[in-house]
Amino acid sequence: MLDHVTIGQYIPTGSVLHRMDARVKIILLFVYLVLLFTISQPAAYLLISAATVGLVFLSKVSPRFVLRGLKPMLLILLITTLFNLFLTPGEAIWEFSPFGAWNITITREGIRIAVMMFLRLLFLVMISSLLTLTTSPMMLTDAIERLLRPLECIRVPAHEIAMMMTIAIRFIPTLAEEADKIMKAQTARGADFESGNLIKRTKAMIPLLVPLFVSAFRRADELATAMDARCYHGGKNRTRMKESKVTRLDVIAIVCVVLFAGILFLCNQI
Amino acid sequence: MIKTENLTYSYENGTEVLHHLNLEIKKGSFTAVLGHNGCGKSTLAKHFNAILLPCGGCVYVAGMDTKDEDKLLEIRKAAGMVFQNPDNQIVSAIVEDEVAFAPENLGVEPKEIRRRVDKALETVKMQEFRYASPSSLSGGQKQRIAIASVLSMNPECIVLDEPTAMLDPSGRAEVLSTIKMLNRERHITVILITHYMDEAAQADRVVVMQKGTVVEDDTPEQVFSRVEEMRALGLDVPQVTELFYHLKNAGIRVPENIITVEEATRFLLPLLKDDEQA
Repeated sequence: MLDHVTIGQYIPTGSVLHRMDARVKIILLFVYLVLLFTISQPAAYLLISAATVGLVFLSKVSPRFVLRGLKPMLLILLITTLFNLFLTPGEAIWEFSPFGAWNITITREGIRIAVMMFLRLLFLVMISSLLTLTTSPMMLTDAIERLLRPLECIRVPAHEIAMMMTIAIRFIPTLAEEADKIMKAQTARGADFESGNLIKRTKAMIPLLVPLFVSAFRRADELATAMDARCYHGGKNRTRMKESKVTRLDVIAIVCVVLFAGILFLCNQI
Repeated sequence: MIKTENLTYSYENGTEVLHHLNLEIKKGSFTAVLGHNGCGKSTLAKHFNAILLPCGGCVYVAGMDTKDEDKLLEIRKAAGMVFQNPDNQIVSAIVEDEVAFAPENLGVEPKEIRRRVDKALETVKMQEFRYASPSSLSGGQKQRIAIASVLSMNPECIVLDEPTAMLDPSGRAEVLSTIKMLNRERHITVILITHYMDEAAQADRVVVMQKGTVVEDDTPEQVFSRVEEMRALGLDVPQVTELFYHLKNAGIRVPENIITVEEATRFLLPLLKDDEQA
């Protein structure tokens, strides 16, 4: 059950998007999302669709992986689209009463909003997945630390947040392996994790979770000692081996996005 | 390099773990510390880089008193420490980031960190795994990474607290040959806490502890030739020593200072051949 836990979903293909600075990528992602949720005209949607497909193509990551992120969103996507389709008031273009009692109307506005919401959610998930697909977890945490650093003056613990994320990523496979081991040990002694209703199965998890937590605390304690022993003393005066720098590539990307935003804005006025 | 003077340490509940312990570790030496579980050897190791501070007496690392808080980083830099469980001392999800962790903490220049990381990985022969995730490595490889991540601080001394206790035989051999190489070629002072006699036999000095004090302190040849004393302390002797002990008891004249398999072979093989010819 736990053997396919992967760390993030980074797929290295060495594309242009992979080589970009993670901070620039995060900021541009936000710009893109703001654009996506402010436009309303069909021409603008056409343009942003083309750009999204173009970005997926540019990343050299198989579209299958990009779309995989949609799986958990599928239900929300479906409900939002259907609700908008049927429940938006406006100029009716199709009306029918399947069981005599209900009156279902599809309006012109309904179609428009349904398509718009569908595309917004679809692109939101696709582009966010693209960020994690093209950026290693380490680069991502590093970028978050550096983006949050200005907020340290209002006591946002930027370094600590990043360190916690780093350690969490590092310990996911270790703890998954351990949970698996405990589960097998308990199964060997007659524990049953699979049958029964939800409450029964949840209760069966207790003998798994208690030893897992105890061992996690022991690991945390030992890790803290090992970090102390290697002179860890917080983020103060700390340097980084991999100093990510904003390169010409990132500048080009920023210029492209600014130009794109301008054109998109014009398209939206039509 | 490291010196303890009347070192005494007790837990908060009052149990005394170390009792007026005096020990001096010479620069460039390879010392093995042996002892039963609970004899205080791990507690002693934690005093060598100021993770624990003495309740009584003093510990000096490279001339610095470990109680001196201003020297804390200097002390930890001078005496690097490797722990037993490889999984619980690795911080980062990428091997080379792990090795860079210590120099990053010390605020070393990025270029210099890169140089040290490359050198440390080369020393423990793990260059090809630099981008790997530690969770994909074997126990022996993980411990070599743990050693590399201490080496990147350029320590004068490395303290290893049962580094092979959780490894399989091939992992143990890997780690031990790395440790020996560091001592012989890089002239790093090594303190190896262990409960494997054959590992201790490869050191140039063996310190045996019991109930928080040093009970034996000599060359491995001398320590292991006292088979009865070792047994009384609840410790074994290396298999070779045991064999020679039985040979001696059976009335065969054997030299007393043989502790490695190579030496034993060199001594026994001609005897066995003579036997065949006769």
